[in-house]
Amino acid sequence: MPGALIAEQILNGLQFGIMLYLMAAGLTLVFGVMGLINLAHGSLFMVGAFACASVASATGSFWIGLAASLAAAAAAGVLVEMLVLRRLYGRDHLDQVLATFALILVFSEGTRWLFGSFPLYLSPPEFLNGTLLLPGGIEYSRFRLAIIAAGLVTAAGLFLLIHKTRLGVQIRAGESDREMISALGVDIGLLYTLVFALGAGLAGLSGAFIGALQSVQVGMGEPMLILAFVVIVIGGIGSITGALVGSILVGLADTLGRFMLPIAFGAFMDPSSATSVGSALASMLIYVLMAVILVVRPGGLFGRAGA
Amino acid sequence: MLSELRLNVALALALAAVPIAAWLLGEPYIVTLATRATILALAALGLNIALGLGGLVSFGHAAYFGLGGYAAGILASHAMSGELLLSWPIAIGGTNSMLAIWLAAFLAGGLAALAIGALSLRTTGVYFIMITLAFAQMLYYFAISWPAYGGEDGLPFYVRNHFPGLNTMDSIQFFAIAYMFLAAGLVVFRHTAASPFGLALRASRQNPSRVEFVGVRVYRLRLAAFVLSGAVTGLAGALYADLNRFASPQMLSWHTSGEFIVFVILGGAGRLFGPVAGAILFVLFEQLFGGFTEYWQLPLGLVLLCVVLYARGGFIGIVAGGRSG
Repeated sequence: MPGALIAEQILNGLQFGIMLYLMAAGLTLVFGVMGLINLAHGSLFMVGAFACASVASATGSFWIGLAASLAAAAAAGVLVEMLVLRRLYGRDHLDQVLATFALILVFSEGTRWLFGSFPLYLSPPEFLNGTLLLPGGIEYSRFRLAIIAAGLVTAAGLFLLIHKTRLGVQIRAGESDREMISALGVDIGLLYTLVFALGAGLAGLSGAFIGALQSVQVGMGEPMLILAFVVIVIGGIGSITGALVGSILVGLADTLGRFMLPIAFGAFMDPSSATSVGSALASMLIYVLMAVILVVRPGGLFGRAGA
Repeated sequence: MLSELRLNVALALALAAVPIAAWLLGEPYIVTLATRATILALAALGLNIALGLGGLVSFGHAAYFGLGGYAAGILASHAMSGELLLSWPIAIGGTNSMLAIWLAAFLAGGLAALAIGALSLRTTGVYFIMITLAFAQMLYYFAISWPAYGGEDGLPFYVRNHFPGLNTMDSIQFFAIAYMFLAAGLVVFRHTAASPFGLALRASRQNPSRVEFVGVRVYRLRLAAFVLSGAVTGLAGALYADLNRFASPQMLSWHTSGEFIVFVILGGAGRLFGPVAGAILFVLFEQLFGGFTEYWQLPLGLVLLCVVLYARGGFIGIVAGGRSG
């Protein structure tokens, strides 16, 4: 097996993992601070992708589209938080699941109504087309490299925000004791809305990137949402570090599994059945990973025990 | 305000009377719709055992529903092609007999719930919701990427399976089968809820540590409820596949899991007839709004939001009041 091909797959896995991180970070923050399970997080991802695609095609600039994706997803997040989710923080998880499932229906059908069922296409900016020659003779897509870089910068920014700023202190305080922080005079309602907008914006950004790699269509958010759940279960709920480690793990396992398993089965099977068995098992790989981690550490890798 | 018992009797009678009247008037479509509502109600009744009685929010019941459907589809397709399903260690062929298929679907749902439940029940709360969803999604992706049984296209079979003495292709006779199952399911649910097992299960929903303290193994209790729940939903899956003569990967999708929760909550969680009311309302809603607009799930989402935010207790709670079991 050529080394360059494997390196390329590892980079693909890394890129996918980083996009998952942008999704999972928001989800885990919202759960950690507000105790809310938000199924509609995938819809915010979709809102970001649609905003980027439509603004980019109207203005001709991917960058304005990217800014629009961040703004639109954050705005949709704020709207949803103020109108609906705010009433659900004290409720049990079942009500939250049901209400956010209802929000998915509203978002998906609303988007289908506005944009139709056909996928939109979003092309990355001109200078990111083509490939770049990396050390070791690996040719790799410039756009994917840019996504990895952008994702890493965002992850670093999020880390600084949470660990070095006043808002970050409030968020962390909110995670450990909600009542105490509101008793200390922090406007907890505003803090919740800000956290939600932050998570939504990150999901929207991720949607714009993934939309440029694949296509922009209704329902694109739910597969990402479910993978983000797997990430959070692996990493531990409420842990940003866990989300990062879990995302990279899931991204690499999924991408490399899809690449290696058919080849591995090809060693002792005829090619066509090796491909079908290999890819069917590869699609299950990350869930097996999740199950194993669940058995070994039920609270996730970075979770509090017994969570 | 109606008493819940009267409301239940009214629902049961209406669910039987409407298709019979439609059949007499020569409207097979309405009979099929009623059959659909009946089977979905049975699937949600299965979920209600875990969710309503045990408080276990499974967001992955599509897995058992789909497995039941595929059990029916795979056995029927092997019966049609004559190929053996398994040649070693014992030879097993396909079958067209509904009785054998039901048994297979019941076991498939139960065994899958045993495996998934044994892992998922190590956790509670949000973890449990996410993990059940993830495992169901695993089976969904497996079904669409495994080409032997149709992959993404699903598995059609051309004739409904057979039941001795009945013509299952006749819509009203197939409805009768589904209705009998729903009735049996309701009896089982009622007995389960009132049995010592059910009482312990309901107590464990409210205070698991206390139940553990009086000497009940909560994990085993929940696992038993989860297995029964998955088996009933699996059986409903086999009926659903037979209704459409099609085992579709859509049956396994997360959307189906969400809809089952909607049936249970829309009707009233933990109530005997909650899933029945929920499934009937859903099918009615789909028909009424689906006729006006292709985007009928938009108003459905809005109605659902209002129910969650303002009308706790679901349909039966609104009409009959009182507390749920």
